[in-house]
Amino acid sequence: MKYKAVTLEKINKFYGDNQVLKNVDFSVNSGEVVVLIGPSGSGKSTLLRCCSGLEIAQEGDISVCGQKLLNDGVLLGDDELNELRQDVGMVFQSFNLFPHLSVIENISVAPVTLKIATKENSKKTAMALLEKVGLANKANAMPANLSGGQKQRVAIARALAMKPSVLLFDEPTSALDPELVGEVLQVMKLLAKDGMTMVVVTHEMNFAREVADRVVMIDNGIIIEQGKPDDFFTAPKHPRTQEFLHTVLNA
Amino acid sequence: MGLDLDFTPVIESFPALLDGTMITISVTIISLIIACVIGMLIGVVRSNGNSVLSCFFNVYVSVIRGTPLLVQLFIWYYGLPRVGIMLPSFLCGILGLSLYSSAYISEIVRGAIQSIEKGQMEAARSLGMSKRQGMTKIIIPQAIVRMLPPLGNEFIALIKNSALISLITIHDLMHEGTNIISTSYRDLETYLVIAVIYFVLTNISTFILRSFENRQLKSQAN
Repeated sequence: MKYKAVTLEKINKFYGDNQVLKNVDFSVNSGEVVVLIGPSGSGKSTLLRCCSGLEIAQEGDISVCGQKLLNDGVLLGDDELNELRQDVGMVFQSFNLFPHLSVIENISVAPVTLKIATKENSKKTAMALLEKVGLANKANAMPANLSGGQKQRVAIARALAMKPSVLLFDEPTSALDPELVGEVLQVMKLLAKDGMTMVVVTHEMNFAREVADRVVMIDNGIIIEQGKPDDFFTAPKHPRTQEFLHTVLNA
Repeated sequence: MGLDLDFTPVIESFPALLDGTMITISVTIISLIIACVIGMLIGVVRSNGNSVLSCFFNVYVSVIRGTPLLVQLFIWYYGLPRVGIMLPSFLCGILGLSLYSSAYISEIVRGAIQSIEKGQMEAARSLGMSKRQGMTKIIIPQAIVRMLPPLGNEFIALIKNSALISLITIHDLMHEGTNIISTSYRDLETYLVIAVIYFVLTNISTFILRSFENRQLKSQAN
């Protein structure tokens, strides 16, 4: 079954006079793993954040999981937006774990607050998710005592606790020490294998090559090229893509 | 001429001083509770930006902070009866102290809330929580820990400022001291004893707050 999990149509987004997204059309099929790459400031993070309504594009339409998130530049009402967001998980570059809550509470706070699960059930789900990301022994630790890689894995478990249909990753490994990147990518690969719909902004080209169904190159607010990773990495067409790949891959 | 200190009149009137101390403590605690409730409310509203209510509170905070507490107390005690509102002096004292302190506490609350990283609210919202749920479950519990040290200062200021209510005929510690002086003429001795009592009160409250603070910090870092 191949329906669209995310659709963006004619998105224009400005910061003041600066246009960061220029008439962008973009969509993600259900079950697809899409990697967004591009130089910093190209608009890839902004594009991703638009998909969960954290940024509002002034013009265009966005649908997520069959529901209209942005209608001609107008964001969905607050109540519906909150409900829709349960279906769209977000993983941040800086983790954004809740420092006053233990690991297991970080994962269960949203399901309990939103009355999706009882306290006991959400704890059970949280434990299962911690098992999945390999951190069952850290259930009662506080975030301050985790490494960056562990924090990000908890953040992924926290997003999964809402049983989202789509997971958005905003440079999930960029804040990590190099030796901790692998453990996070490992978890993301696992999710991809499970058939999770994922949109990932990253500089990890190996991950893109191995896991992505499609790689999308954004430059200066425009999608300039996209394709299957094999074609994309071996024979990029656009000169900017060639230049960008040359720079990152030879770094 | 040697310094001729005689503490006997103060010691003989010590029960009166203790009564005054009890008044000081109760006025301070009641005012503190009211000030915290009002200050919290104003701080949360103002940290959320530009509503009509927030503009109103802006004016409130700048008026209260921009005028002397003594003038405010006199307005409540001497001014209100002119417009037909007669409040007992005890209530005027509580009203004056709690409104005054609430303006400062609201700034502490606002500062603490705004110091929490933007990503915390984003994470809460992206999980589907409403702004209010994000505030009560995620932001405020973290902000409270950051409020505690400046709140301690504010509590101490409130205890000391409460001496001014003696001027609107409340029989607090300061007022009882003045009474002792007016019959014994032992001003230095009396003021020294009063100073010691205020010192003890402020330091007890510092100690209580500090241990509360430590407990909060520990519970977040184990």
